[in-house]
Amino acid sequence: MTQPLGSFPGGLKLRGHKKRSTQTPIRRTPLAKQLILPLQQHIGAAAVPIVEVGDKVLKGQRIARAEGHVSVCLHAPSSGTVVAIDEQAIPHPSGLSAACITIETDGEDKWAERHPVKGFQDMTPHEIRQIIRDAGIVGLGGAGFPSFIKLNPGIHHTVESLILNGAECEPYITCDDMLMRERADGILDGVEIMLHALNAQEVLLAIEDNKSQAISSMELALAARPHLTQTKIAVIPTRYPTGGEKQIIQVVTGKEVPTNGLPIDIGIVCHNMGTAYAVGRAINHGEPLISRIVTVTGTDVTHAGNFETLFGTPISALLEFAETKRQPDEPFILGGPMMGFNLSGDNLPVTKTANCILVGVEDAAEKAEPLPCIRCGDCASACPASLLPQQLYWHARAKDFDQTRDYNLFDCIECGCCDYVCPSKIPLVSYFRFAKTEIMNQERERKKSDLARERFETRQARMEREQREKEERQRQRKAALAASKAKKEQDAAAETSSAEDKEN
Amino acid sequence: MLTAIIALTLLALILGLLLGFASVKFKVEGDPIVEQIDKLLPQTQCGQCSFAGCRPYAEAIAAGEADINRCPPGGEATIQALADLLDVEPKPLDEECGVEKPKMLAVIDEQRCIGCTLCIQACPVDAILGAAKHMHTVIADECTGCELCLEPCPVDCIDMLEVAQNPNTWRWPDPSHLQLERGGRS
Amino acid sequence: MALFRISPPFLAGTNRVTLQMLQVLLAMVPAVIAMVMFFGPAVLINIALALVVALATEALLLKLRQRPIKPFLSDGSAAVTAVLLAVAIPPLSPWWLTVLGVMFAIIFAKHLYGGLGYNPFNPAMVGYVLLLLSFPLEMTTWLPVQSLAEHPLNFEQAFQLIFFGDTATGLSVDTVSGATPLDAMKTQIGQQILPEYIVNQPLFGMLGGIGWEWINVWFLLGGLFLLYRKVISWHVPAAMLGTLLVLSSITALFAPELTGSPLFHLFSGGTMIGAFFIATDPVSGSTTLKGRLVFGAGVGALTYIIRIWGGYPDGVAFAVLLMNMLVPLIDYYTQPKVYGASSK
Repeated sequence: MTQPLGSFPGGLKLRGHKKRSTQTPIRRTPLAKQLILPLQQHIGAAAVPIVEVGDKVLKGQRIARAEGHVSVCLHAPSSGTVVAIDEQAIPHPSGLSAACITIETDGEDKWAERHPVKGFQDMTPHEIRQIIRDAGIVGLGGAGFPSFIKLNPGIHHTVESLILNGAECEPYITCDDMLMRERADGILDGVEIMLHALNAQEVLLAIEDNKSQAISSMELALAARPHLTQTKIAVIPTRYPTGGEKQIIQVVTGKEVPTNGLPIDIGIVCHNMGTAYAVGRAINHGEPLISRIVTVTGTDVTHAGNFETLFGTPISALLEFAETKRQPDEPFILGGPMMGFNLSGDNLPVTKTANCILVGVEDAAEKAEPLPCIRCGDCASACPASLLPQQLYWHARAKDFDQTRDYNLFDCIECGCCDYVCPSKIPLVSYFRFAKTEIMNQERERKKSDLARERFETRQARMEREQREKEERQRQRKAALAASKAKKEQDAAAETSSAEDKEN
Repeated sequence: MLTAIIALTLLALILGLLLGFASVKFKVEGDPIVEQIDKLLPQTQCGQCSFAGCRPYAEAIAAGEADINRCPPGGEATIQALADLLDVEPKPLDEECGVEKPKMLAVIDEQRCIGCTLCIQACPVDAILGAAKHMHTVIADECTGCELCLEPCPVDCIDMLEVAQNPNTWRWPDPSHLQLERGGRS
Repeated sequence: MALFRISPPFLAGTNRVTLQMLQVLLAMVPAVIAMVMFFGPAVLINIALALVVALATEALLLKLRQRPIKPFLSDGSAAVTAVLLAVAIPPLSPWWLTVLGVMFAIIFAKHLYGGLGYNPFNPAMVGYVLLLLSFPLEMTTWLPVQSLAEHPLNFEQAFQLIFFGDTATGLSVDTVSGATPLDAMKTQIGQQILPEYIVNQPLFGMLGGIGWEWINVWFLLGGLFLLYRKVISWHVPAAMLGTLLVLSSITALFAPELTGSPLFHLFSGGTMIGAFFIATDPVSGSTTLKGRLVFGAGVGALTYIIRIWGGYPDGVAFAVLLMNMLVPLIDYYTQPKVYGASSK
């Protein structure tokens, strides 16, 4: 065990509400009739389907390939038939649709052939990353960044610390907690593989001190692997948002990730506990990422708990299994109460990043007309990134986006601490998200217009050149014509004169 | 009296020199005004402003020959930005030029296309691909939605479609519109 | 439970503007009681009058500006302004003085700038300074504390003096009023009397002026309550009192003939109410933590300078307003280092 070396400014002490969903072991969600699989469940380019409507697929069979570098594959979570490849509603705050593959399950749940790796130590890091990419593994903590990229430190960096993030600081969520309690060994399998791929000097398993069972279970599993000498458990204080990547690095190592930089720039790589487990399954068992543990909890849930759920399972089916007081089409929260977003719609599928479904929260924010900002500064005191939300708000509301950038808008991690403490109940994070997407849109438009200008100018230049060449050719032709005409006239004159001579 | 005059004159002289020095030393090398205006224009090259592209319009504005409210694709936002840049009053869009529309994208109905290449010649940004007697297609990423290809098409096979939002380009709504915040100045 | 918000977070803390304002009012109660004990019931009449006028003016202005009346009237900010101004005005001031000050504060200093959250200057202090500049005589004739007074006033007499200028028994404001300790100190130092002799007069007590020292102590305790409740941060009061203490200690060491002792400065006049209740106004003060230190230090230093060299006996109000002007500058230069920014 190691002691945390630092802490972050601000933050909140929130009631955890964790016990609600840790009373029962992880259960398996029954197989749904239809599985809807969005092609983009990760950050980066959407996967490209390699099956067609009507194809029979087996459990674990690859159904879409990665497109470009920042992308991962997608697999059939169960055996069945592809019935559609089209636009479906996806769990996204916009409520928009995106391309999905729909599989009708046959109930047999028959696996495709798996290729477990015996002895990953003999493989190169590159080969390991390739398997992880092909297995469709992304960060399961919430953002969904392709994991193989974060297992590639590049030739310019050495990895000092690999941090396994088991903080799970948001209230209500317990999927990592339960995973650590029940499958500590599986997590360590993955940790060993990550360690091998990264060649890290030390591994820190960071767990908040309110998860004593998870800590002891991880300690037990770690004690059984005496060869893992560089792996330690770091028990960190329970404080929101300590599970943010930048915050957990600051708490565990005392270092700060530079603005516009990545953790690897200071020799740190951070992965989620669930991701480590998935890596272990992919390498040692040949199982691609086709399911995850989802916490279903909230004041309106009768049998709250954690559910191992196949991707594509309709959230409504999961909620039915856990029994809730929710009415059809009533909104629910996907993610935690601080950073999740509310969705409605019954046919939305569970995706790779769906860590928690929350139906009903205590002390919920109520709809209220916000009062004006009184500049009390409580938000700045609560901000873990040391921003000045009160100033950011002022400029975001005035749509003065250049100013918001000067006040470091893009260092905001949208944790919601400022919203929580605001005495005027101003939806600060909403303003910041609004300003961020507006700025990103402006950037996109500017790039597009720059491209259009370039193409227009190139075309303009080409047309001028063509015009010049045409004129040049015309002139040459004219000159040639004139020359030949002159010659003809001369000849004619010579002829007439000779004829005259003859006549005379 | 005399000393006061001398002192003041001296002071004025020194300060004047200082200012002059500062203006030379800290001179900001700005883009020529035409470049700056051109940067604010949406580069659709549609010609709705009656000039043959964004650049010529920018030159006309810089020369004071054209008003700033002649760009329908840029709309309100562009007029505002131009007004800020040139330090003039913003005015409503000139309706002679057209109306502000959502972003559009040209799509060729490939069944009807006869491969006449007329649209290729009309496209100001070379966003249409094809050859004579072969069907053409629009490179969606390059299309500025200028509509210049509609007119020349002899079989009317080009449609303008609104650019659909997708989850990656979706923007969070402005909270001040959603929640009527009457507290402060609106 | 249905969720209304479009965007996270879905949890909310219990912090409210109204709650903060109510706690500020609550923290002033002990000091106000002390003032009533020392200066008689006139203080209460002033506060009641100011409250009624402030709330009525606020409601009227909200209506004129077509803002919702209920949420803004109940936020408590107008009440805080009213009470702060009422305790700063001499207790036996004629009623129109209070009314004028409060109305000016609410209308000109607050609503013409956009209402709650938009005023660059502390409204109560704007009202106070207007009165001080326009009616210097009325604003500097305080009552002596009741123990020293020849004619302690009862409620009825105070009421008559405030609203009619004299009482049935022939008492007038002039016959019952006197100078404040700060005022006395200033005048007598002007007459070349050494401070150590001045403080031996009956007007002065152990720490500051008699009566005034206790009022300051109660404001200090009220301020500590606000600190404990996290309604205010420690930065402004600490910086202001610290600066005042340091400056007055330096004078006490090197030029004791200039003014009173450090304790006299800390526990006289508007020091404590200024440090904990006036300079801590979040709207018109600095919003960054470092900025609050600068702001508080500035208020402390200016207060001290005005007390010694200025034309008025106390300087808290001017100091706060002057520092209000510097707030945008202070805020700009005291931005905290953002996470990940390279350390300078």
